[in-house]
Amino acid sequence: MKHLLSIADLSRDEVDSLLATAEEMHDVQSRPIKKLPALRGRTVVNLFFEDSTRTRSSFELAAKWLSADAINVSAKGSSVSKGESMRDTLLTLDAMGVDAIIMRHAGSGSVAQAAGWVKASMINAGDGMHEHPTQALLDAHAISRHLRALGRGSLEGKRVAITGDLLHSRVVRSNVLLLDKLGAYVVLVAPPTLLPPGVETWGVEVSQDFDAVLPDVDVAMMLRVQRERMSGGFFPSEREYIDGYGLTPRRLALLPDHACIAHPGPMNRGLEISSAAADAARSIILDQVSAGVAVRMSVLYHLLAGEES
Amino acid sequence: MTATVLRAVTLPDGSRTDLKLSDGLIVDDVPAGAEVIDCDGLIALPGLVDVHVHLREPGREDTETVATGVQAAARGGFTAVCAMANTQPVTDTAEKAEHIHDLGLDARDADVAVIGAISKGLRGEELAELGLMHRSRAGVTMFSDDGHCLMNAQLMRRALEWVKPFGGVVAQHSQDSNLAGPGACCHEGELSGRLGLGGWPPVAEAAIIARDAMLAEATGSRLHVCHISTAEGVDVVRWAKARGIQITAEATPHHLLLGTEELVGYDTVYKVNPPLRTSEHIEAVRAALADGTIDVVATDHAPHATQDKDHAFVDARPGMLGLEQALSVVIETMVKTGRLDWSGVADRMSHAPARIARLSGHGQPLAVGSPGNVTLVDPERTAVVDREASRSLSRNNPYHGRDLPDPVEATFLRGRQTFRR
Ligand SMILES: [Zn+2]
Repeated sequence: MKHLLSIADLSRDEVDSLLATAEEMHDVQSRPIKKLPALRGRTVVNLFFEDSTRTRSSFELAAKWLSADAINVSAKGSSVSKGESMRDTLLTLDAMGVDAIIMRHAGSGSVAQAAGWVKASMINAGDGMHEHPTQALLDAHAISRHLRALGRGSLEGKRVAITGDLLHSRVVRSNVLLLDKLGAYVVLVAPPTLLPPGVETWGVEVSQDFDAVLPDVDVAMMLRVQRERMSGGFFPSEREYIDGYGLTPRRLALLPDHACIAHPGPMNRGLEISSAAADAARSIILDQVSAGVAVRMSVLYHLLAGEES
Repeated sequence: MTATVLRAVTLPDGSRTDLKLSDGLIVDDVPAGAEVIDCDGLIALPGLVDVHVHLREPGREDTETVATGVQAAARGGFTAVCAMANTQPVTDTAEKAEHIHDLGLDARDADVAVIGAISKGLRGEELAELGLMHRSRAGVTMFSDDGHCLMNAQLMRRALEWVKPFGGVVAQHSQDSNLAGPGACCHEGELSGRLGLGGWPPVAEAAIIARDAMLAEATGSRLHVCHISTAEGVDVVRWAKARGIQITAEATPHHLLLGTEELVGYDTVYKVNPPLRTSEHIEAVRAALADGTIDVVATDHAPHATQDKDHAFVDARPGMLGLEQALSVVIETMVKTGRLDWSGVADRMSHAPARIARLSGHGQPLAVGSPGNVTLVDPERTAVVDREASRSLSRNNPYHGRDLPDPVEATFLRGRQTFRR
C-alpha cells in the first residue's frame, strides 16, 4: 500500500489487516507510556486546507505514538490566498522530503490528484463530499469492538442505518463501501433533498421512514446536519427535520436493546441527535474517538513501516 | 497577391474541379506562375467559422492572445472566429469592442468578429451599450454574457428587444444558476454522486432554453443557444423551431465526443461548463446536429494556464482548447459514423455559423466570385494529438494522446495561405 485515498482501493484482506493492526494499537493506547519505535525517523505532515481539530489531532497523536515526527500545516489563508495552486503547495512540501502527507481539502478528489503529483504517501483525511476512509475504518473498528463485547460476533450480516445529510457527506460514501466489504447491510435514511444522485445504484436500501427502520438495526449511525444548508432549501425547518430524521428520545426507544449509536462528530445536539441518545450507555461516540487514534496508527504503520524492509 | 490552383480538388457535393484563388477571390483564371497544389483525394470546404471562442486578450495574454488564437484557428481550418466578451475588462463598450476588432485586423490569420456583452461587466443587472457596439467599427451583431447565464428574464427580454432593429442575436449560456449553483462541476447523476462532485442537472439547461425561447417568440427576435449539452435542451430547441421561433443552437466538439467517465480520475483538463454528459445526451446531441436541430459546431475554445487548472476539481477553471481539433472530432463522431456528409460539415461549420453571426464574407459556397476562404482537407489522415504541438499559448487540450483524424492540409483566407501542413 502506497496511499490511502479511497475505501474502494482496499481489498478485503487489506481491510482485515488494517483492522487487526488497529486492535493491537488500541492496546498501546491504554498503556501508561504510549510510544512505539516503529516510525522513528519518519516524517508526516498534516496538510489541512479545511479546519478539523478532531481529525488533525487524532492523526498527530497517532504519528507521535509511533515515534514519527509530525508537523501541522494549515494551508487555509496562507499560500493559497496568495494565488498558489494546490499542486505547488504539495510540491513544496514534497520537496522537503516528507514521507507522508495527510491531507484534508474541501475539493472532492483532491487527495487523489495530489497522489499523482508527489513522491510521498498520501492519506485522505477527507476530500470534499467524496470520502473519509479513516473515519469508515474507525467506525468499523468501534462497532466491531461493541459487537464483540456483547458477544454478537462480527459486522457480517449486521444491519447499519446511516441517517442524515447524505448528499454532502464524505463519511457515508466511505462507510457504504467499507460496510459492504465487511458483509454488513446498509440502510440509508434521508429526505429526498439530501440523497446523493444515483444512490439507487449503491446496492443499499434507502428509506424515508426512520421509525420503520429503527427496530431492525444493529447500529444507528447519525450524521451531522450542517445548519448552513438550511438556507439552501434542503429542508423547511429544524423542527421538521427532527420530526422526520432526528434520533429523538421517542425514537431511541424503538432501537433493539443491543443496538449501538454512532456519530462521527461534531454533533448538533438537539438536531440530528438528542442528548438522551448521545449520552446513552449504548452510545459508542467516544469509543469512535479513541478508535480513531488506533486506526490512524494502523494506517501510518501499514503505509510507512513496510517500506523499510 | 499570390495565386493558387487547387487542382482536381473534391467539393463538398462530391464533384471535382480546379479551384483557382486570386485577388482574394475564387476566380475563373489565375495569372501565370500561380502555385499549383495537387489535390487528388483532398476535399475543399468553405473556410470554417466558429461563433464561440475565448481569446483572453485583453487581460490574460499569458493564456492566449488574439494573435495566437487566430493561429490556432487557422491550424484548425477556421477563417473566422467570434471572440467572446468575458475578457478583462469585459467587452461591453464600443471602445473595447473596437480594440479587439483592431487586434484581429493586425493578427490576420483569421477574421475576428467581436461578441459584445449583454450586460455591463457581465453582472446581469444593466444592459451594455448594445447599439453603440453595433454601430462601432467592430460592427458587433452577436451579444453574450457567456460564462454567466443571464438569469434576469426581464433583462433578457429587453436585450432581445434592443438588438432586434439591427438584426442582432443574443447568445445565451443556458444554466439556471439556482439549479446548477456554485460548485456544480459534474453532470448530475450516478457519477457525481459517487465522486462527490457538485451536480449540474440537465433541467438547469433546458429550463433556461425554454424560458428564452418564449422570450424570443414574444419579442420576435433572434436567440442563439450556446454549447447545448443535454437531450432535454435539444428537445426544447426542436419544439421551439417547430413553433417558428427564431432560435439557433451550437454543439461543441467535446460534447460530441467526450463523456462523464473522463472525470473518474478528477483530471481538471476535463472540467468544462456545461459539463461532459452521459452517452444518452451525447447521442441526442449528435442526432440533433445531424438533423439540423443543432445548427452549428462551435468550439468554446477556452485556453487556461496550468496554474489555473492545478487545483482541486471544483476549484479549477472550467474550459478546454477546441480550435485545432474541432474538425477532427466532427469527422470522428459525425462523418465516420455516417451522420453527416461533407455538405453537412460545410453547412454546420461554415455556412450556418456565418449566417448566425452575419459574417457576409464567410460561409459562401465555393464558386467563382466567392471570397477565397477555403479549408483543404485530407479525410484519411490521422495522428496522435500532442498538446505540445499546439499553436495556442495554453496546453489544456483534452484530446492529448488520442488518435484522431488530422484532416487540415491548408487554410486560405481570401486566397492567402494561413496554414499549410
Ligand atoms: Zn458558456
